[in-house]
Amino acid sequence: MSKNLQEYWRKNVTFMSFLLAIWAIVSYGCGILFVEPLNAIRIGGFPLGFWFAQQGSIYVFVCLIFIYYAYMQKLDREYDVHE
Amino acid sequence: MSILAWTYIMVGLTFGIYIFIAWISRVRDTKGFYVAGGGVPPLANGMATAADWMSAASFISMAGLISFLGYAGSIYLMGWTGGYVLLALLLAPYLRKFGKYTVPDFVGDRYYSDTARFVALVCAIFVSLTYVCGQMRGVGIVFSRFLEVPVNTGVLIGMAIVFFYAGLGGMKGITWTQVAQYTVLITAYLIPAVFISMKIAGTGIPQIGLGGTVQTGQYTGQYLLDVLDKLNTDLGFTAYTQPGAKSMLDVFCITFALMVGTAGLPHVIIRFYTVPSVRAARLSAGYALLFIAILYTTAPAVAAFARYNMIDTINDKPYAEAPSWFKNWEKTGLIAWVDKNNDGIIQYRAGKPFVGKPKFVKGKTGPLGQKIVANKLTNSPNELYVDRDIMVLANPEIANLPNWVIALVAAGGLAAALSTASGLLLVIASSISHDLYYRMINRKATEKQRLMVGRIMIGIAVCIAGYFGINPPGFVAQVVAFAFGLAASSFFPIIVLGIFSARTNREGAICGMLAGIIFTAAYIIYFKFMGGTKDQWLFGISPEGIGTIGMIINFVVTYVVSSMTKAPPEEIQELVNSIRTPRGAGAAVDH
Repeated sequence: MSKNLQEYWRKNVTFMSFLLAIWAIVSYGCGILFVEPLNAIRIGGFPLGFWFAQQGSIYVFVCLIFIYYAYMQKLDREYDVHE
Repeated sequence: MSILAWTYIMVGLTFGIYIFIAWISRVRDTKGFYVAGGGVPPLANGMATAADWMSAASFISMAGLISFLGYAGSIYLMGWTGGYVLLALLLAPYLRKFGKYTVPDFVGDRYYSDTARFVALVCAIFVSLTYVCGQMRGVGIVFSRFLEVPVNTGVLIGMAIVFFYAGLGGMKGITWTQVAQYTVLITAYLIPAVFISMKIAGTGIPQIGLGGTVQTGQYTGQYLLDVLDKLNTDLGFTAYTQPGAKSMLDVFCITFALMVGTAGLPHVIIRFYTVPSVRAARLSAGYALLFIAILYTTAPAVAAFARYNMIDTINDKPYAEAPSWFKNWEKTGLIAWVDKNNDGIIQYRAGKPFVGKPKFVKGKTGPLGQKIVANKLTNSPNELYVDRDIMVLANPEIANLPNWVIALVAAGGLAAALSTASGLLLVIASSISHDLYYRMINRKATEKQRLMVGRIMIGIAVCIAGYFGINPPGFVAQVVAFAFGLAASSFFPIIVLGIFSARTNREGAICGMLAGIIFTAAYIIYFKFMGGTKDQWLFGISPEGIGTIGMIINFVVTYVVSSMTKAPPEEIQELVNSIRTPRGAGAAVDH
């Protein structure tokens, strides 16, 4: 693999890991591990931990995929590997 | 017009649409048959993936399950959506660039081994077959409840429809019918949800209504979730929004196994071979999850509304004054009431009212007209049996919605079951006709022969699925949940390593796959069929969550064996490099 492509791949993997960290924090963190302390916080009628587990995490998942799409569109062009 | 007449119209109309779509998208070549010619636009693929993914279980059972489980039901919500992030970031773009037809195809080529291909093939067929039997049963049940035909006739009608459009149009036919089926099922899910949300929480958006205040009755002005917490605690259940008795590690493992399993399910993965480019694969994963999220964020709201409604309208009320939907569903045997203390009032409490599912004494009714159950009663003060599945199906009746809405829900349930069944059947047919017949048995098979084998395989698979739909073996319900564990412990690790680590070789992949599957399958079989008990669970992890451990074992074994054996050949290194960049994906050729 050329040096340029190695750099492209490294940037891809770094950004992907960042998004997966968010993925893990909202679902396993907010939705499972810290659900009880977060439930003490309330947003309107929702205990926060419960909201993350049944609503929030799903919204975040959708956003993560579209963010990754946008980032990779840019990265593909920058390194001239787009279709 | 009666509910039955409306249902015939709705179901007839939607089936007519599916058949029409199948006819105009019939195919003549294998590329059309396996991957819809690779030209499906991202938005359409997103809708098709959503319909492919959301089965009868998502449509009918999930909200009911959450309704009874409360917070603990979150494992399904997060588990069955979070996998799409893994799919979009780790798998879909690369598999699309690779550009072949099936999952065993990737495994066989990347690991330059027909043994690896064969192991993957067996896994793909096993996972898909267990899954499809449940769908056929779902079709039969919806038919019997709403169209008043016997379950078996319902299964046969479903088989005929699926065989027609999957056999004729292959992936192309399936894709476009799934787009139509998504539209039907999401409409059918949202309309009753919106009405009920307006009725209970005073807002037309169920996702907001879940956190809203109760509009009428004794709890007016209080937050719905607070009311549910209080009701649940008063009746002896765990508070609705709080974690229950399951250990945190187990919840963690189950959620993870469901996520990874989702990402590893062959019928979901192959949908990403149908789009024209890598860019489209990334984008359509986003659309797919967006379309799924519309249903999955509505489901917990429906669950909470249904819970509130049920307790509010039934508990501590005299049986004689129970609403009409209660008695309608009692007739079907999905609700049963035993007046343990002979006060004529329905007491709903934690615990089972009697042992097992209700068995009624024929032709005998109690003093108030209730059906009499023959089951052995328990000591619990609970007098009420409610099947979880009725929560979604009874919703329109509970909210007094017009008959056409009830009919629409029936059509929606059928759309959910049929769309998933067709996707699964295609995996089975393409695995056998492409991976086994063409790649391993007859390399010289002509286009025409391969297409013919594909169609015959769909026919055979439909018959097997139909047979198990009519004569369901007792273990199907249990096995379906484990399809995820097996998908998680077999495909996911070796596909991810195949993309992200060029050093992973044939020996590693085969050992890893076998270690993952054997461990997971043995654990599940021991605890589900051979009488293993809860106190023997490894680290307190239930069989539902063991796929997570199986996956870790697969990762470790693959990695260790790969680093101890010879590096893969030069051309594999090149293959891995080439799938890492998008350019050239359109040029995928038949091989």
